[in-house]
Amino acid sequence: MAEVLKVEDVRAYYRTRFGGEVRAVDGVSLTLAEGEVLGIAGESGCGKSTLARALSGLFDPPLRRVGGKVLIEGDDLYAMTPGALRTEVLGKRMSYVPQSAMNALNPTRKVGKFVRDVMRTHHPKMDGGAVLGRARQRLHALSLPDRVLDSYPFALSGGMQQRTVIMISSIMDPAVLIADEPTSALDVSTQKALVRMLRDLVRRGIARSLIFITHDIATLRHVCDRIAVMYAGEFVEVGTTEQIVFDPVHPYTKALLGSVLVPEPGVRGRKLPTIPGRPPDLSDLPPGCRFGPRCTAHDDLCRRQHGVLTTVQGRLVRCPRLTDTQDQSPGGTPSAP
Amino acid sequence: MRKTDNRASGSTEEAVIRVEGVSRTFGRGRHVVTAVDDVRLGLLPNTVASIVGESGSGKTTLARMMLGLLPPTAGRALYRGADVATFDSRARLDYWRNVQGIFQDPYSSFNQFFRVRKVLNDAFRLRPTRPSRRERERRIEGALDVVNLKAAEVLRRYPFELSGGQAQRLMIARIFLINPAVLIADEPTSMIDACSRASILEALMRLRQEQGTSILFVTHDMGLAYYVSSTLYIMSNGRIVESGPAESVMEDPQHEYTRRLLADVPRLHEEWL
Repeated sequence: MAEVLKVEDVRAYYRTRFGGEVRAVDGVSLTLAEGEVLGIAGESGCGKSTLARALSGLFDPPLRRVGGKVLIEGDDLYAMTPGALRTEVLGKRMSYVPQSAMNALNPTRKVGKFVRDVMRTHHPKMDGGAVLGRARQRLHALSLPDRVLDSYPFALSGGMQQRTVIMISSIMDPAVLIADEPTSALDVSTQKALVRMLRDLVRRGIARSLIFITHDIATLRHVCDRIAVMYAGEFVEVGTTEQIVFDPVHPYTKALLGSVLVPEPGVRGRKLPTIPGRPPDLSDLPPGCRFGPRCTAHDDLCRRQHGVLTTVQGRLVRCPRLTDTQDQSPGGTPSAP
Repeated sequence: MRKTDNRASGSTEEAVIRVEGVSRTFGRGRHVVTAVDDVRLGLLPNTVASIVGESGSGKTTLARMMLGLLPPTAGRALYRGADVATFDSRARLDYWRNVQGIFQDPYSSFNQFFRVRKVLNDAFRLRPTRPSRRERERRIEGALDVVNLKAAEVLRRYPFELSGGQAQRLMIARIFLINPAVLIADEPTSMIDACSRASILEALMRLRQEQGTSILFVTHDMGLAYYVSSTLYIMSNGRIVESGPAESVMEDPQHEYTRRLLADVPRLHEEWL
């Protein structure tokens, strides 16, 4: 499979008012193959959304690029000017589906006009008829009604708005589609329809690969080929969906899976599964393993060693205790095992 | 089909808060929308019941009517037998001492000009007696601890400086200070990620166990509802389509809509899409 995205050791920090640094993304590497769906899971504040920003190559203060490389089909994003990024890459080869659809659409423009603006940015010579033709065709493919184009965003329901945003994001057939918590604001039934739609986009080759960011690991289980678990700005476990969901190795992955509430008989009255403590302050990280203070199995080694992503049982894991006792081979670039 | 009957609400005599044939319409003429349609339910003391339904099913409208924030077009909401809509301003204030609500949008519930310390201190005004300053501080810290917030981190901030999840936790901490008889919680975990959702639910459960608060939990997620409640009311298009003990609704759903809601929750071990 061809590689559409390669991310190497990306670091993106926020500068604080008091001269400190919030290490929101701290050395993330990943690869994404054609047709692949990668899930990124983690709690609020672990750097998931900042990673999505960093992948786009646009850094607005206080966010700052500290290092790393993002290659989309071999082209280095960080070497491009912001202008070139906007016209040549963003919205065209790499697209973004934000969490809040209402804020993504222009409230004063009908959806059809908004679509035309988007297309004209990338193909200035395209005429209006062709644009609308393409938009209609895409609406049908995603089983959305034609009336969407003639509606203002506020006239659409939350689920419909989110689907419209996905339609617009994918209208240029992007190589990489990044969906950042696309379902969190919706009820479970709408969520399901939306996830199905995202999956179909990739299956039909409309979006050539997908990065699905969410805190809900139960959803990832059903759409992803691989899952990367993120904690305090870095990946702690990366593997196939099967490995992560049914045979997790890292204590944080286990805790994350344990906190999933599923409506299965027998769960009622059981103690609610929670991860003790809070994620660390990203501007004042603990020494050694970042998950250490909340880990049930931490020991002296965890306070000293930070841990490197190492292959354990066929997937990448960052845990001083596991990588110290088991067969290890260093690895920095997660890829399909 | 299971009906909205006494099996679910127990003997209606005992219910702390209940609604009888309550309806609410919006608009007039040809544009009438019926948000809540002839609903009847009751909440027993020291229990948790859930109203589950999709967006637009009328859950929030029903919750608002029970809180006395919206008058019903038909039917009555009763608190210990008294019609909520007939309360004068004094009785209403007394009602809100006993029946509190928390909402989907936590920011809308706080005065944005007050720091968190004042927001929490003001909660004591709803108590019959105001404890000493030291006692207040102690209780505030205790309440924040239950919802996993650090007093030093939040007390000096303004509500808008908190994240969505923190603001929702703060609302629950406030409820601990007010100690109401009934809490109507409308999607209290909507802004909290799946990982810490359980800790919020646990805080609500402690509210029931430690203070004996009866809780009406409004959600779209059958999974959450099943975890916390003993009774489920399934709502669709303004009507309760199924109700009963949580176990029997979950294990043997009778209504097509309930089955669909259940199937829509993603699970780890079963196919979903």
